[in-house]
Amino acid sequence: MLELRHRGSCPGPGEAVSPPPREGEAAGGDHETESTSDKVSGAERGGRRALAGSWLEARHLRARVGPVERQETDIDDRYGDLDSRTDSDIPEIPPSSDRTPEILKKALSGLSSRWKNWWIRGILTLTMISLFFLIIYMGSFMLMLLVLGIQVKCFHEIITIGYRVYHSYDLPWFRTLSWYFLLCVNYFFYGETVADYFATFVQREEQLQFLIRYHRFISFALYLAGFCMFVLSLVKKHYRLQFYMFAWTHVTLLITVTQSHLVIQNLFEGMIWFLVPISSVICNDITAYLFGFFFGRTPLIKLSPKKTWEGFIGGFFSTVVFGFIAAYVLSKYQYFVCPVEYRSDVNSFVTECEPSELFQLQTYSLPPFLKAVLRQERVSLYPFQIHSIALSTFASLIGPFGGFFASGFKRAFKIKDFANTIPGHGGIMDRFDCQYLMATFVHVYITSFIRGPNPSKVLQQLLVLQPEQQLNIYKTLKTYLIEKGILQPALKYISRSCEEKETEASASPDMDLALSPRLECSGAIIAHCSLNLLSPGNLPASAF
Amino acid sequence: MTELRQRVAHEPDAPPEDKESESEAKVDGETASDSESRAESAPLPVSADDTPEVLNRALSNLSSRWKNWWVRGILTLAMIAFFFIIIYLGPMVLMIIVMCVQIKCFHEIITIGYNVYHSYDLPWFRTLSWYFLLCVNYFFYGETVTDYFFTLVQREEPLRILSKYHRFISFTLYLIGFCMFVLSLVKKHYRLQFYMFGWTHVTLLIVVTQSHLVIHNLFEGMIWFIVPISCVICNDIMAYMFGFFFGRTPLIKLSPKKTWEGFIGGFFATVVFGLLLSYVMSGYRCFVCPVEYNNDTNSFTVDCEPSDLFRLQEYNIPGVIQSVIGWKTVRMYPFQIHSIALSTFASLIGPFGGFFASGFKRAFKIKDFANTIPGHGGIMDRFDCQYLMATFVNVYIASFIRGPNPSKLIQQFLTLRPDQQLHIFNTLRSHLIDKGMLTSTTEDE
Repeated sequence: MLELRHRGSCPGPGEAVSPPPREGEAAGGDHETESTSDKVSGAERGGRRALAGSWLEARHLRARVGPVERQETDIDDRYGDLDSRTDSDIPEIPPSSDRTPEILKKALSGLSSRWKNWWIRGILTLTMISLFFLIIYMGSFMLMLLVLGIQVKCFHEIITIGYRVYHSYDLPWFRTLSWYFLLCVNYFFYGETVADYFATFVQREEQLQFLIRYHRFISFALYLAGFCMFVLSLVKKHYRLQFYMFAWTHVTLLITVTQSHLVIQNLFEGMIWFLVPISSVICNDITAYLFGFFFGRTPLIKLSPKKTWEGFIGGFFSTVVFGFIAAYVLSKYQYFVCPVEYRSDVNSFVTECEPSELFQLQTYSLPPFLKAVLRQERVSLYPFQIHSIALSTFASLIGPFGGFFASGFKRAFKIKDFANTIPGHGGIMDRFDCQYLMATFVHVYITSFIRGPNPSKVLQQLLVLQPEQQLNIYKTLKTYLIEKGILQPALKYISRSCEEKETEASASPDMDLALSPRLECSGAIIAHCSLNLLSPGNLPASAF
Repeated sequence: MTELRQRVAHEPDAPPEDKESESEAKVDGETASDSESRAESAPLPVSADDTPEVLNRALSNLSSRWKNWWVRGILTLAMIAFFFIIIYLGPMVLMIIVMCVQIKCFHEIITIGYNVYHSYDLPWFRTLSWYFLLCVNYFFYGETVTDYFFTLVQREEPLRILSKYHRFISFTLYLIGFCMFVLSLVKKHYRLQFYMFGWTHVTLLIVVTQSHLVIHNLFEGMIWFIVPISCVICNDIMAYMFGFFFGRTPLIKLSPKKTWEGFIGGFFATVVFGLLLSYVMSGYRCFVCPVEYNNDTNSFTVDCEPSDLFRLQEYNIPGVIQSVIGWKTVRMYPFQIHSIALSTFASLIGPFGGFFASGFKRAFKIKDFANTIPGHGGIMDRFDCQYLMATFVNVYIASFIRGPNPSKLIQQFLTLRPDQQLHIFNTLRSHLIDKGMLTSTTEDE
């Protein structure tokens, strides 16, 4: 959702590759030139995008005109122009055709082009938001599939740009290899993360056990096969190109695949950790745009001339408020707050739990200056709302850098949008460029401040160890837990007497070693040792 | 060590040949002839010859071809001797050497990037590259070293905080670098800057992650560090020898000097070498034991009871080989079986790392990565095959030798919430009882 305005005068689809516009147009000019019909369509598209897309809209359409300076390159290499010092002489990649559906076009044919753009963008925005709500309603599994689908599409978009930049359609093997690497890396990540969540399911099946145990080796072998195929596919005249595409693929994988997996990890932590960050980023985009539209005056960064400080700061404050409110609303529902678990009996994902402390209302006393303003001594908040302030702050202050990065990337490679998947908005990557940094931040935030490592992963690894090691660990853990008082040593006595009376007491060991806070009275012990083996008189006093 | 054979035949003073290859080299990095005299055709300047004066004078009488041979031979022996000295000095020195090699490799590759893109005057870029190197190293060292120095870290307050929030701190540092990059984008140089950004990240991925895998392997036991590296070196030398004496059929278009005879001969020789070497090394505790940090003496110790892998066992020889050798059983260390797998990888797949580096050099029209080692080129030239090997050994150890690190698991366990801890404890208990490792009465012992 970024650098759309400045490309107002990009050539339309029918136009041949014209002399490329000057790199880095001057900011602030706001005149329109609509000389030819081609320019009209191009400008119209650019204008439509510009108006609705850039979130610091200050003025209306601004065409990009400027003399072309074809700088001499000094490379004798066929692809040497890619390495030239300045990149203003590289022909622009012609954008794909317009994909606005006919229906919309007919419905809006009456309006002027500018408002038509506005409407298309608006309608598509609402459509995307409703689609989002629908998928949330359908549950975590659908969300996972959606994330996977988006990842694949983003990868495809970026790789296609690479193909176009390097004119490498005819490189042998390369498409196959790129998709193969995507498959390998996805296999690796899904095996590492998802297998933990499906631990019970996996333990049942023999082949899956084998796959899990040797997962790293299998993934590495698959990757190696791809690597060797790449080496074998190197062709005399195209070495440099092939290395470029190899590196392009790997950097793309690093960006899109690893971060989509972080998104899924966040999702499993609780849907709220997925929803609040994403909505904060979207809200920041929209409110910064609105603030910029109405109050924008001081430019923010040369890279995106339409962004203004007023939009930036206004967006920041409104996003924090929005995040605060959204966190408050969502924290009430178990559906959003509970970690996603896979229940083997039901064979589906469930989100049911006792909400953790983060999601239970607590009273905080207000600092004095807020007291004076709100005239309340205390306020009831979910602790999660405090965290949401951190998340929203990141979304507003650092998230835009992801946008600037994508914007610089598009300028560097002279593309207007990543693709033309969504009419009016560009490609999927255009929508998600700010989200990626956010996903990584949320993941790091969760692991650093909210919880430690994933318990099911720890369990998984424990079960893989050698039995002697497991026994050692068991003894260490037991000592530790008894020291901490989480485990009551006196329960040893209970379990022994339980087993003396009933030989198959080992069927439910969990009942013997319950949380000590639950042992409030002797009745509880009888309930836990539910095989009616004890009378209260047998219990030592220290059990309480 | 892949361009070994090719560079032997290189004649540094053969201008007519160079002119011809220069015109052909205009087409994207291909050097036509067998003698790859690429130096003059490349737009990149060749650094000055670094051969020490001493050697130059001593060998001044020989013809240039034998002079090259001797220079290479002497340097090879010097490097191997250096390797032995460092092994003698212990794991800490080895770690430092690995780190230095990593930094030098990174520097070499980045310098190539600068040369290719003529990007000396890009603002900030050198600073940013080194900054990213620092960040990624900080992240990796924090993750791995904290496990090994766990007790030391827990004692010191500032270290404890650093290790608790390690991921967050590393991420913040990286983000700062990322934002600096975005702010440093300059109008006319966007593409260049993105290229260098991509180049830096791919280099980090290759060089830094794998050097950390090397250190992981080292901590597992020095034998896991020494045997793979020696197998790769041996494969290079043996393949060269076999190719020199018996070489006839070319192996791959990318490296015209490599032959199938050298490849296969090198494979068998390396397997045998690996078997012998692991037999010799498995006898010594200092190679076989995991490296541990001793809190009392504040140093690394390698002292332990050798695991099953490193105890002699009797194996029945299959009938086929029995008739050949005439023995019924043989006493071997189980580790030697693993060394066969390691040597096989080193001979069959390791060369692909070399082909990759070779293709890279052709693509960017450079002869060597740098001129650090006289006669051999840069550090990267020596280590290109090693990298795949390090990753393989690490994956091999994690999959087949040992599972996850028990002490690390305990640490992770300690950071969980009490109810999670209890849940895991109970599950583990029922698992152990199912397996029969634990009966309900013995657990009270």
